[in-house]
Amino acid sequence: MAKSASSLAKRAGDLMNWLDDRLPVTSFWNAVMTGYQAPKNFNFWYYMGSLALLVLVMQILTGIFLTMHYKPSAAEAFASVEYIMRDVDWGWLLRYMHSTGASFFFILIYLHMFRSLLYGSHQKPRELLWVFGMFIYLALMAEAFLGYVLPWGQMSYWGAQVIINLFGAIPKIGEPLTQWIRGDYFISDATLNKFFALHVIAVPLAILGLVMLHLVALRENGSNNPDGIEIKANKGPDGTPIDGIPFHPYYTVKDIFGVGMFLILFSFILFMWPEVGGLFLEADNFIPANPLVTPEHIKPVWYFTPYYAILKAVPDKLMGVIMMGASVTILFFLPWLDRSPVKSIRYRGLWYKVLLGMFTIAFVRLGMLGMAAGTPAETWEMRVWTLVYFMFFVLLYFMSPGGKTKPVPDRVTH
Amino acid sequence: MSSDDVNKGRRRFLVATTSAVGAVGVGFAAIPFIQSWMPSAKAQAVGAPVEVNISKLKEGQLLKVQWRGQTIGILRRTDEMISGLGKVDEVLVDPESANADQPAYIHGEPRALRPDYLVVNMHCTHLGCIPQMIPEVGPQPFDDHWNGGFYCPCHKSKFDLSGRVYKGVPAPTNLRIPPYSFLDDGTVMIGVSPQGAV
Amino acid sequence: MKIKATILLFSTAMLLAASFSVPASGGAALEPSGANINDTASLQRGAKWFVNYCLGCHSLDYQRYNRLAKDLQLSEEEVMQNLVLSDAKFGDTMSIAMSEEQGEAWFGKAPPDLSLVGRSRGGDWLYAYLRGFYQDKSGNWNNTALANAAMPHVLWQLQGIQTPVYRQETNEQGYEHEVIAHFELTTPGIQSEQEYDETARDLTAFLLYVGEPAALQRKGIGVWVILFLVLFTFIAYLLKVEYWRDVH
Repeated sequence: MAKSASSLAKRAGDLMNWLDDRLPVTSFWNAVMTGYQAPKNFNFWYYMGSLALLVLVMQILTGIFLTMHYKPSAAEAFASVEYIMRDVDWGWLLRYMHSTGASFFFILIYLHMFRSLLYGSHQKPRELLWVFGMFIYLALMAEAFLGYVLPWGQMSYWGAQVIINLFGAIPKIGEPLTQWIRGDYFISDATLNKFFALHVIAVPLAILGLVMLHLVALRENGSNNPDGIEIKANKGPDGTPIDGIPFHPYYTVKDIFGVGMFLILFSFILFMWPEVGGLFLEADNFIPANPLVTPEHIKPVWYFTPYYAILKAVPDKLMGVIMMGASVTILFFLPWLDRSPVKSIRYRGLWYKVLLGMFTIAFVRLGMLGMAAGTPAETWEMRVWTLVYFMFFVLLYFMSPGGKTKPVPDRVTH
Repeated sequence: MSSDDVNKGRRRFLVATTSAVGAVGVGFAAIPFIQSWMPSAKAQAVGAPVEVNISKLKEGQLLKVQWRGQTIGILRRTDEMISGLGKVDEVLVDPESANADQPAYIHGEPRALRPDYLVVNMHCTHLGCIPQMIPEVGPQPFDDHWNGGFYCPCHKSKFDLSGRVYKGVPAPTNLRIPPYSFLDDGTVMIGVSPQGAV
Repeated sequence: MKIKATILLFSTAMLLAASFSVPASGGAALEPSGANINDTASLQRGAKWFVNYCLGCHSLDYQRYNRLAKDLQLSEEEVMQNLVLSDAKFGDTMSIAMSEEQGEAWFGKAPPDLSLVGRSRGGDWLYAYLRGFYQDKSGNWNNTALANAAMPHVLWQLQGIQTPVYRQETNEQGYEHEVIAHFELTTPGIQSEQEYDETARDLTAFLLYVGEPAALQRKGIGVWVILFLVLFTFIAYLLKVEYWRDVH
């Protein structure tokens, strides 16, 4: 018995050698997993990246299976989604996984980005890492918007109408540009078919490529950590960082635990409350698209509403679009706007805590107001929070070089 | 970091348990994906049993109908056709239809609930072409001792008038018989077995 | 501490989600319908009401009879005899012969398909709508949940006829206008008020079920999935703790 087990192990070893001679399996594993030293003081916020990767895989997998039953034509799209929900074995599960996954993707990405604001992960030398991340975020927004059109319900249709018409605000080329995007004089079968192609292959490919770049850039300098200290500055006699631990097994086992926690929450929403009261799946989208009737209350899905609120706050079409574009674009420049000598919020003064707190409240409030009906009082409130949103970046630029800081320790706190 | 007092056994056990439970989870998660490929409720509704009126079928005539996208042949056999079935047993692969895909209530040479009506899935068991019926007894370009039957134009498989396959042709088994039953003398229901039969 | 922070964060998120939630149809708060899709008897009664009173004009194009039989625990014979009033087969959808053009010609507006009305309007609205028909001064049908609805009250024989009692009100700008104070049952129906509420509730439950038949299985499966994940996460937690004993 023991003998056969050892010979089996020897065989497995032989197979690994055979593989390694042809493909750098072991050396790759060693380089990125066991050989990669990660700071040992990661906290809750450091689960988001790996979980986002998990959701990406889940979205691709469920998406592939949904395309097997979905029909990208204006005449059949709505019915084909209901066909998936009712007639296809387990179709409802695949569809809910995909729709719940979309919202969770944004929850994770927002928390992931917020982590960077907390601990200065975007600061030198990780500026490019942040920029790649922003491009992923942008591609994800495009992917989510395109995907939202596919069920061809009332919100799909009128959401697409509003978003595409935003491009119409651009002087001179606006009108031809919207026609080019639609491929028709109105949102039609041609638009849907085009959006389907973009949603299922073009944008996902871009996202995968960007995720690769994001990961390569991450491993170049290694992860930041809640103390914002470069662990490579403090190496032991064997040349490895004193505050580092091998990613595998320590963070793999930790992330597996994180995956379990996440899946519990995810499954709870998926099985018990998939519409989340109209936040993840909107009631009006269960009415087939009708170009003749606009729903009473059009609003984007929750993850777009902060920007939508900024659009609504500005009483001018072109300026509104510009401001909305600026609110996303400005995030790209965060690494250069944040000039603080200290990375982590733990060692920045009260000024940063107040600034970040206000920014967070502004973002959440804008998100809530973005989906509200829009009373005059709400419009004024949106303007205030829009101002707060942009002031965060301005104040950060001017206050961060001289803002009060606390002494940063040499070693991570654990 | 130190690994002096590491309980290796406990680690191995926990790694194995986590992996095993995780693998079970992945296995369960795969079920919905795999089953989503099964015929949907719509496909099943389209594939519902088909009622066929055979009261106008003449002796020796073959009626073809569609059931679940398959061509089902209903042949009204003459007495000569039925009595001629036994003549070719030696050149057949499976004259008793022991390995044929057919309901349990179908047996014997006629392979039918009523010997005068053969209800058969027309698709060749080789690669799915539809054989032609050539009922005439006598030499044919493909067989000097042809006793009447079905001949597949795609790869030259031969079957007798009960859909039993000849030796020496590519088709491996006899033509399939779908579940069917008679509602009355003039109506056959394809896709439903007779009451009480399995 | 970390677990506490996690729980705090997620509960905040859930609260936020709940406060973001928009009622399916907006507007004033509606009386809870009390409809329960897990009450099979109620669904069966609702199906019967629907087939007899609604299916003449309103299709359920995505609902199959055989699925109905399975989910409502009815046999094929029961469904074919009591619920299939057309020449439809067991596996067919609950569609109607009236085309959209005919519907428009006959009613001014084609009666919509109701497969998803449970999801787009919500149960409380449906319940309010079914109970909200009244005959106004000019003798026309109207509805409290959907003003100037094109649909006549097809259940009036059951409910009877309600007529409003008006009351004068002065608004902030000083204009006087009439508002409905309450309803009077001017023509009694076959059913008592309580019985009719029950009918409306059964119909609501049925339409909620038709909106999402998978809802009947979803929660039951979810419980097992979550229990399994809790087990997995517990073992993964032990594994994590075991390895992290190395890290000081």
